[in-house]
Amino acid sequence: MQNIIANSPVQPEQLDALLADLPITADWVGLRWVKEVDDLRSMRDGLPQSNGRTINQGIMVEVLVDGQMGYGATNSLSTAGIGKAAQLAYQQAVNAKAYGLHRSQPRPTVVGQYRTAAQVDRQSAGTINELMSEICQQLKVADSIVQTRVMINQRTIESFYVSSNGSHIYQQVSLLVSDFGATAQSGNITQTRSNGGLSSHCFQGGWDYFQTADLWARVERIGRQAVELLTAEECPTTTTTLVLDPDQMLLQIHESIGHPLEIDRILGDERNYAGGSFVRPTDFGHLVYGSPLMNVTFDPTISDEFASYGFDDSGTPATKEYLIKEGKLLRGLGGADSQARSDLPGVACSRSCDWNRAPIDRMANINLEPGNSSLDEIIGSIELGIYMESNRSWSIDDRRHKFQFGCEYAKLIENGRLTKTLRDPNYRDVTPKFWGNLIAVGNADTWRTYGSPYCGKGEPNQMIWVGHGSPVAAFANVEVFGGS
Amino acid sequence: MFAESSELALRQLAAALREQLAPAEQFVLHLTGEASIFTRFNGGLVRQSGAVQDARYQLHFFRDGKTCWRNFAGGEDQVPPIASILEDLRQEIDLLAPDPYAVLPKVAQTSRHSQTGQFPTDPAAILEATTGLDFTGLYACGTVVRGYADSAGSEHWFSAETFTLDYSLFDSEGRAVKGTYAGSHWQAAEYQRQIAASRQQLAQMQRSLKSIERGQYRTYLAPAAVADLVGMLSWGGISEADLQQGQSALALLRDGRQLSPLLSLQEDFQGGLVPSFNDHGEIAPVQLSLIDRGQLVNTLVNARTAQEYDRVSNGANSSESLRAPSLATGQLTREQILPELGTGLYLSNLHYLNWSDRPTGRITGMTRYACFWVEDGEVVAPIGNLRFDASLYDFWGANLLAVTDFAEYVAAVDSYGGRSLGGDLVPGMLVKDFTYTL
Repeated sequence: MQNIIANSPVQPEQLDALLADLPITADWVGLRWVKEVDDLRSMRDGLPQSNGRTINQGIMVEVLVDGQMGYGATNSLSTAGIGKAAQLAYQQAVNAKAYGLHRSQPRPTVVGQYRTAAQVDRQSAGTINELMSEICQQLKVADSIVQTRVMINQRTIESFYVSSNGSHIYQQVSLLVSDFGATAQSGNITQTRSNGGLSSHCFQGGWDYFQTADLWARVERIGRQAVELLTAEECPTTTTTLVLDPDQMLLQIHESIGHPLEIDRILGDERNYAGGSFVRPTDFGHLVYGSPLMNVTFDPTISDEFASYGFDDSGTPATKEYLIKEGKLLRGLGGADSQARSDLPGVACSRSCDWNRAPIDRMANINLEPGNSSLDEIIGSIELGIYMESNRSWSIDDRRHKFQFGCEYAKLIENGRLTKTLRDPNYRDVTPKFWGNLIAVGNADTWRTYGSPYCGKGEPNQMIWVGHGSPVAAFANVEVFGGS
Repeated sequence: MFAESSELALRQLAAALREQLAPAEQFVLHLTGEASIFTRFNGGLVRQSGAVQDARYQLHFFRDGKTCWRNFAGGEDQVPPIASILEDLRQEIDLLAPDPYAVLPKVAQTSRHSQTGQFPTDPAAILEATTGLDFTGLYACGTVVRGYADSAGSEHWFSAETFTLDYSLFDSEGRAVKGTYAGSHWQAAEYQRQIAASRQQLAQMQRSLKSIERGQYRTYLAPAAVADLVGMLSWGGISEADLQQGQSALALLRDGRQLSPLLSLQEDFQGGLVPSFNDHGEIAPVQLSLIDRGQLVNTLVNARTAQEYDRVSNGANSSESLRAPSLATGQLTREQILPELGTGLYLSNLHYLNWSDRPTGRITGMTRYACFWVEDGEVVAPIGNLRFDASLYDFWGANLLAVTDFAEYVAAVDSYGGRSLGGDLVPGMLVKDFTYTL
């Protein structure tokens, strides 16, 4: 059997020829080929845990028949394998067309390309392992450190989308995800400190985004703070002013802004799994989501932010858009299908996590835009409060109202100064009240970008990469509490 | 067809690898695959529908006390370029440090399990029972395969033709009930009976929501809710490695603390719904008691952990997570649930669980779907969603009052990366002083 596209990169002529030869006749056909090369290396206590590479490639055929879309996906990349996928896609569309939720149209014709802007290099397995070993050694700042760990993941994802009405889109993104941390133990107290929370150091770019000038200072600080937490006081139970570092804001934005603004959730698609939203279609253009300091954007154009791209997986060109401006809700996270179904303004966010999943509404980069306050001004203005860093626990209800987050590390704020270290800090609140109590937003000097490779949603389930940039932010009247 | 061709491809690839290995080299090869149809519903109509055929190999390579791996596509008509993959692995392994706990294949074992099924692939069969309902969810069906082969000669095969329908019914006020119908042979009458039961349950929700103040309440957790709590033990719970590395919520049990004598948990592979072979080619015991009447008697130990911490492997998987959990039933009959609950909360489902304080076993999450306020043994009203934050040392400890005399099979419906297999066999539980915080 001829394996027609095993040799990367795929040439556009190959997909055009495939498209012309598919054994089906439909109103519209799209082909989306995806190839991912994913290197994963990790160590624990200076010993190798995982060293390997995934080469994952496949193709999705999308077929439109009488207004109904069907898809067939396969990683059997022979002419016969792809032809079979096309026939299955056609059959799915035919079977479903009497029950279709929405009458789809052929997707518009789009031609273009996008590549990660930064120069991307891959280090050798030996170099990475030597560096990981050194990190484990440097994390162990005391005998009370009982575990050190480090993980580095480099991914390059290429996609090529062609359609029967002439679309040709090539995209190549290079992603870097890293994590390291230390666990300290004393008696029955165990504390873990990491580099910004679970795999939060996510960038679009190469090795430079891991081996930064401050790497060893961060490593030393994380080891030291893990030990420091062993003797720290428990976070008190009280209602107070809460200041969040950007490495916690990432999840706060993700869970309480990103997900509730997904239009497919608002339209009910996710009600059986991820959930719905407290936001109603009639809220766009009217709802006061938060305080006037709140400006939130969908921005896939920041070159090194994790989820930047040129086009979404339905072929819509990606642009920066305000979702919330001065606290007012303007626009949702809905791709072309959701915009047509809801008649609401959306963005280019119809994304799939892999070749074997159909595009749905996803976050890309969702950012809180910087304000005007320096970190010193924010802390200095607070008589009593708590500053928290680095997520370790997250949970929110299915309509994105009631949330609870736990962090790794906190500081008490007393009379405008950061004072005692606090362990096991948690907070809980309700989304509109919380954002309504946004009282200070840090300036551009406090703004940092993070991300997550683990955003889960969809039926069948999809795990996709998202980016979040934020300054430091302060919120009034938040319930905080410690461990048991 | 997919299962047969995948099994043949695995055997051929394993044979080719054995031929091409140098004497000092060893390998372990896994195959994960599916040929599935996914139909997604919203509002009683089809939102998306598609077919996925996906087969992936993971090849672990060992030499000189070192190891590395490659994942690559397989499938019916794919012949992986194994010579170049091996050459790539040989080049990389020279650059790595030794892995003292690498698990090398040693003993040749074989096993084979193949289960056929029969089920519809057309959405018409699903929607014929849902007329007039705001029906939403996912129907997934097809063949799932798992394979294993190694350089010592072991070969294991598992294939199953199965379906899962995971659905919710909503009313106009957003109140909802949840249901799952899963198996290998579709029974139209059984499916219609279940939808009718869900329809009836939704009708019971047609009362104004009762707002519940935060506090502690006597609570009945239905089997699906219990399954969510049991699932937390697979994430920093029952794993021996997690216990050894200070990452487990069960450390207090290891130190001698006990849970309620009403709580017994085991792994039980008798049902044959998941492969009993693991990532190292070991076969798990058919039954393995983990918590016996409140006492931690075993943890899940894989061969790597066994080597590192001088333990005995019990065939656990690489993450030492539960694959076939079964909780023992108790004495509480179905009829006694509401009278014994008296006044409190009846929870059918939970949502979005996470450890809020792992060392003390504290879990937070939300109530979801058909959850009711009950007074004097009578259902009074559905409730708005509540956040709970409670320690397993309490709700599975002194606060566990009763366990139902029946268990339900809660099928795994996750499909991250591919369709899951198996599920949890769990009863319902009555607990006192379950803590609600928001």
